[in-house]
Amino acid sequence: MENKPKLKLAVYWGAACGGCCVSVLDVHEKLFDVVAAADLVFWPIALDFKYKDVEEMPDQHIDVTLFNGAVRNSENEHMAKLLRQKTKVLVAYGSCAHMGGIPGLANFSTKEDIFKRAYIESESTVNPDGILPQTEFEVAEGKLTLPVFYNDVKTLDQVVDVDYYLPGCPPQTERLVEVFMAIVTGAQLPPKGSVVGARDKAQCDECERKKTDNKLIKKFYRPWEIYDDGETCFLEQGVICMGPSTRSGCGVRCVKGNAPCRGCYGPSSEARDPGAKMMSAIATMIDAKEPEEVNKIIEDIVDPAGTFYRFSLPGSILRRKITN
Amino acid sequence: MSYKPTIVAFLCNWCSYTGADLAGTSRMKYSPNIRVIRVMCSGRVEPTFVLKSFREGADAVLICGCHPGDCHYHEGNYKCLRRYELLQKYIQQMGIEKERLRLEWVSASEGKIFAELVNEMTETVAKLGPCTVRKVMETIS
Repeated sequence: MENKPKLKLAVYWGAACGGCCVSVLDVHEKLFDVVAAADLVFWPIALDFKYKDVEEMPDQHIDVTLFNGAVRNSENEHMAKLLRQKTKVLVAYGSCAHMGGIPGLANFSTKEDIFKRAYIESESTVNPDGILPQTEFEVAEGKLTLPVFYNDVKTLDQVVDVDYYLPGCPPQTERLVEVFMAIVTGAQLPPKGSVVGARDKAQCDECERKKTDNKLIKKFYRPWEIYDDGETCFLEQGVICMGPSTRSGCGVRCVKGNAPCRGCYGPSSEARDPGAKMMSAIATMIDAKEPEEVNKIIEDIVDPAGTFYRFSLPGSILRRKITN
Repeated sequence: MSYKPTIVAFLCNWCSYTGADLAGTSRMKYSPNIRVIRVMCSGRVEPTFVLKSFREGADAVLICGCHPGDCHYHEGNYKCLRRYELLQKYIQQMGIEKERLRLEWVSASEGKIFAELVNEMTETVAKLGPCTVRKVMETIS
């Protein structure tokens, strides 16, 4: 391995919380293996490189870029396009780049509503003049600019061509190390467009909770409304768990920690739309035959769209709320 | 009525499709706005089918199955009913009017009822105007 030229690795964040970058840091002592095999050429959260350093790189200069975060403003979009141009293998890293993630829930709203809430209505805001962020502003020293905030949040592959997807919120660090080592050792890479660092089978396949075939739900509970016995399948207890429509690979960590799966790993390759798949699965479990009775049970699912598309709204079939 | 809505109709093979067929063979006249997709059972209609119909330009989606208790596969229409109720809640959250998605039971002998249903639904959807899902998706992608 010593004779091989080192890989050039970049990590970038779009509309993200920073958790994905931390999951990269979580390689702990494996970091020495990473640094032995790769040079980090760009990583805003940890290293002092500037955008212009990237702009000056020749095309295809970076071997692998882990792009985390969704695309929600003009800066995210510019960097996505720039890194695509400079990178051989672009990886959509984490739920936001993969499917839109938590920032993607903004697609239930509009730019106007978000600005109104954040800069005018919120309880901690004092803004009597109703000033909203401007993309350009003239001051004595010159012109100040801010990125344009889009009305719509997009996944990375809705903006640029993506080579691989590494799902999770955040992705499990072990999976990242496996994928990274596969690239370093020159192992056969999966076909372009594959989801890496995750399995194709559902969470339920790995979940160790007790399951029966007789799944019938008379009432849905939110996790705090029920005393979980720690053993029985969450769905059989009436708690919504995204396991059936979510691919495994995370090691069912949430369920092992006695919290139901929320679906951050996204659907398996056979399901186009995770929420639709989940609605299909969960509806059949409802133990009622009369419309009124069915509706009464469904009433307990307070926010179906937000629950079933928690991490995947921009990547789903109906990408956003329709407003006329 | 100048605007002509497009309604995607999923009809179950055993009752509703036969009912629609009866309307045809009985030479009943009804609105030509539906695009029929035959499925083996209303329980085969996945929520994905409905969402994809809207995304690709349907103004409304109609699902028809056997009357409760009459399903060829015993339980399929009940499964459809539960999915329908959940989907209704979802599409309304997404800003799609509830009149644009409809579930009705039509038996093989109810050709006339089917024809009337299509006429009535066409009229209701025409009043609502075009569904904007496809247009919105085109402008943002």
